[in-house]
Amino acid sequence: MQLSALLFTQLPQYLLNLTNPSATPLSASITNPSLPILPEDMAETRFTLPALPYAYDVSSISFDFNVGPFERALEPYISGQIMRIHHSKHHQAYVNNLNAAAANHVRALQENDLHAQINLQQAMYCTSRFKFNGGGHINHSLFWANLTPANTSQAKPESAPKLAEAISAKYGSYSGFKDEFTGALLGLQGSGWGWLVKNKKTEQLGIVTTKDQDPVVGDLAPIFGIDMWEHAYYLQYFNDKTSYVDGIWNIINWDTAEGRYLDRCGTLKL
Amino acid sequence: MSLFRIARPTIARRSLLTPSVRYKHTLPNLPYDYAALEPAISGKIMELHHSKHHQTYVNSLNDAEEKYADAVSANDVQRQIALQPLLKFHGGGHINHTLFWENLAPKSSGGGEPPSGKLAGAITVTYGSVENLKKNMNVSLAGIQGSGWSWLVKDKDTGALQVIAMPNQDPVVGKYVPLLGIDAWEHAYYLQYQNRKAEYFSAVWDVVNWKAAEARYRAAA
Repeated sequence: MQLSALLFTQLPQYLLNLTNPSATPLSASITNPSLPILPEDMAETRFTLPALPYAYDVSSISFDFNVGPFERALEPYISGQIMRIHHSKHHQAYVNNLNAAAANHVRALQENDLHAQINLQQAMYCTSRFKFNGGGHINHSLFWANLTPANTSQAKPESAPKLAEAISAKYGSYSGFKDEFTGALLGLQGSGWGWLVKNKKTEQLGIVTTKDQDPVVGDLAPIFGIDMWEHAYYLQYFNDKTSYVDGIWNIINWDTAEGRYLDRCGTLKL
Repeated sequence: MSLFRIARPTIARRSLLTPSVRYKHTLPNLPYDYAALEPAISGKIMELHHSKHHQTYVNSLNDAEEKYADAVSANDVQRQIALQPLLKFHGGGHINHTLFWENLAPKSSGGGEPPSGKLAGAITVTYGSVENLKKNMNVSLAGIQGSGWSWLVKDKDTGALQVIAMPNQDPVVGKYVPLLGIDAWEHAYYLQYQNRKAEYFSAVWDVVNWKAAEARYRAAA
């Protein structure tokens, strides 16, 4: 099975099964083979770090006559140093730990089968590692793809005509939407993410925050996300997260957002 | 008229309470220079951490308390409950950082010198050695998924020592008495250590003020 398909279709649902309190209890969900997600599939897969669709910084790219030299990184809104560490260290660590957690998870299941009993504590530990690192991988993969260098056409909200219409209908105006989103981002207490989401059942837009690396799952589909972990901005903005949020509106990839809104993306290409 | 009589004292008391400097929390002075914890923690980190982050918790706590006092005066229970997460977050941030600055010290003032007295004895009973306690605490710190703190605490009910992790700015309350806290928020180390947080957790022990932990342990007896 294709990695990206596995990641973006099965993993969120699997995480939902693990985390939804109304879902099957943990002990049942990890032993019931009729559940749609088989953790064994996960462990056969090695998740990998997706390449960034742009350069870390302007100095590391060569001149392109079609685009020019300065349009293919997120600077000055997110520095090359932040992007390099965020992608090559933080995201890579989520990927590595996810691969390890998936392998441990399956080993625990096999041992439980063997002894015909659930070591609940061990299962909880594996689940927590799996959810955290799986969420970290999903969130960052979505994040890189919903950003774009400021001078690209994708960075203009006009690249998302249908979504812009829905935003105006729901929030009155683009600036009203930005204000509300900004308020949600700055109100986060601790590490987490802010998301524009679409409810798959009602088609309604919404703004939600998720804590730590919890991914957007269930009825909500992520349209774009903004990382509010301190590692996403601290080297450049320090405690001034308001300036980070103000800047990031210049580098939202509205083309990607439109695609996700219209379900055109399917699974994200990694 | 009678309504006025009931209402007026409340308003008068409020106007005394809310703008009063007496009830406002203030940023405590650091008992050492910003650069005094180097090389374990850089001066730049300490300056931002104390003068910006901690100051913001103090300001936001004062702001939240003012709003809370209004809600109490208005007898608006819903608004009081809605404000409680803010109070907990910023109040916790103020408490945690105040404890943290105290339980750190430059090497020249005894930072990193091993604990002694009853606390040292209790650590040996529970963890075998101070080194093993550090290991336990570093595992706790490394396991925090997001922002938070790890604490060496004393359980008031049993008298036993324990290492616990708290998310975000949740303060140590209830049956636990905080003895020693280490900040695992990224702002506590990122400018110096970036993603290499294990190096920060290892280095911070060079500037732990065990005297402060001992005093807290004694006070909790």
